[in-house]
Amino acid sequence: MMKLGGFLLLLSGWGIVVAALVLLHGSAVFAFVYAGLAVEIMGVVLVFRGHLPPSEEEG
Amino acid sequence: MNPDIQLSFGFCLVFILLVPFAIAGLALINTGLGRSRSAAHAMTLSLCLVAVGILIYFIWGYALQGFPAHIESFGWPRSDIRISNPGFFLRNVETLGEATGFLLAMLSTGIAVLPPLGSAADRWRLGAACASTVLLAGFVFPLMACFAWHGLQLSASFRPGYGFLDAGGSGVINAVGGLTALSIAWLLGPRQGKYPPKGMPAAIPAHNQVFVLFGCMLAWVGWLGLNSAGAMLYTGMQPEGSVLVVINTTFAAAAAALTAAAVTRIRFRRPDASLIANGWMAGLVASSAGCAALKPATAIITGIVAGVLVVLSVEWFELHFKVDDPCGSISVHGVCGIWGLLAAGIFTGGPGQFTAQIVGIATLLGFIFPMTYGLNWVLNRLIPYRVSPDGERQGLDLHELGADAYPEFVVHADEFLQR
Repeated sequence: MMKLGGFLLLLSGWGIVVAALVLLHGSAVFAFVYAGLAVEIMGVVLVFRGHLPPSEEEG
Repeated sequence: MNPDIQLSFGFCLVFILLVPFAIAGLALINTGLGRSRSAAHAMTLSLCLVAVGILIYFIWGYALQGFPAHIESFGWPRSDIRISNPGFFLRNVETLGEATGFLLAMLSTGIAVLPPLGSAADRWRLGAACASTVLLAGFVFPLMACFAWHGLQLSASFRPGYGFLDAGGSGVINAVGGLTALSIAWLLGPRQGKYPPKGMPAAIPAHNQVFVLFGCMLAWVGWLGLNSAGAMLYTGMQPEGSVLVVINTTFAAAAAALTAAAVTRIRFRRPDASLIANGWMAGLVASSAGCAALKPATAIITGIVAGVLVVLSVEWFELHFKVDDPCGSISVHGVCGIWGLLAAGIFTGGPGQFTAQIVGIATLLGFIFPMTYGLNWVLNRLIPYRVSPDGERQGLDLHELGADAYPEFVVHADEFLQR
């Protein structure tokens, strides 16, 4: 589930970036592009965590 | 034909004809960094993947991508450039400029398909690898190339007013290959014995460092051609600009290799040959995006950062993320490809250019990465990627090809693995 959530966040972040470029003007474009990238970075973190093998304590 | 156009075309063709050296270099690096029992398999697979990649790209990849956006600045009159896209099997590709665009992009596909082989070394079945390459060369690479190099030009057409800069393919070729390499390494899992139940990961050293280092030198020649031709076709650089491209590319590689040597000397007490080779390649990869726009000093800074990044990232992937990447492809092509895009934004323009580069990186992470992972996940369900445990133990040379690369050597004791 964590992997799926991560990939969905990645796609959502890209959606924010594209929507900002298509719909917005001026400095709002920049703000939403960086916001989209921030969402993607959260997605990357989740995808990496989802692919970590279980630790010894978790079995 | 106008003499200026003839001159531009002549230069561009010579640069394009150097690109196969980059492919040969990458193939040698992947083979040398793998195990001796899979060496013939690695080289055979390199040839097969390049063959599949360029044929698929010919059949429908170029149709999906479209003509390069800046082809008119190359000297051909605008009237010679078709508004319509190329069709399947190169239909509509009639002018010299259109064919030149295809030639460079086709050879670039040959580079993009090789990083996944590096991360999947010693355990990827030949048939599955070829099938995966159909997806990479037929969909993933052309789509990113369309976004970056075709008329869409990512942010340029979306109004911030700055074009996405990736002349030599730090993102389009290398980051795409690197992210696919990461996806496939995750889907395959680590090699047998790489991560014992307790303790540190086992070191499985490269079987032929000379292949690796010679591969770096070949790749250098290829990258000079790739960056110069890319800068001419995709950014409208004139032939005389290639001097700066060659200087920047070489400075970045040199700085990255020396930095990797210094970092490994400090961390491990001795310079590490395979990480120095990875540093050299990381410098080449990072230089590609801004090769025509960087100043030599900023190319050196780009290389230094790439040299540090590649060493740290190889270690992080192996120790902390438990990703078994025998050739460091994810770090060299993925991490340093993205760094190259960022560096082009930092050193070549104001906040607008930086934002355009961020849009490109966001497209790689938010669209290309999920797509390549998803396509390979589905394909792995249909055609299992991983060779059987017995085949892996035996070595892919014998298991898949029926003959060893080094039949007169006595090998195959698992001397490097903890038992």
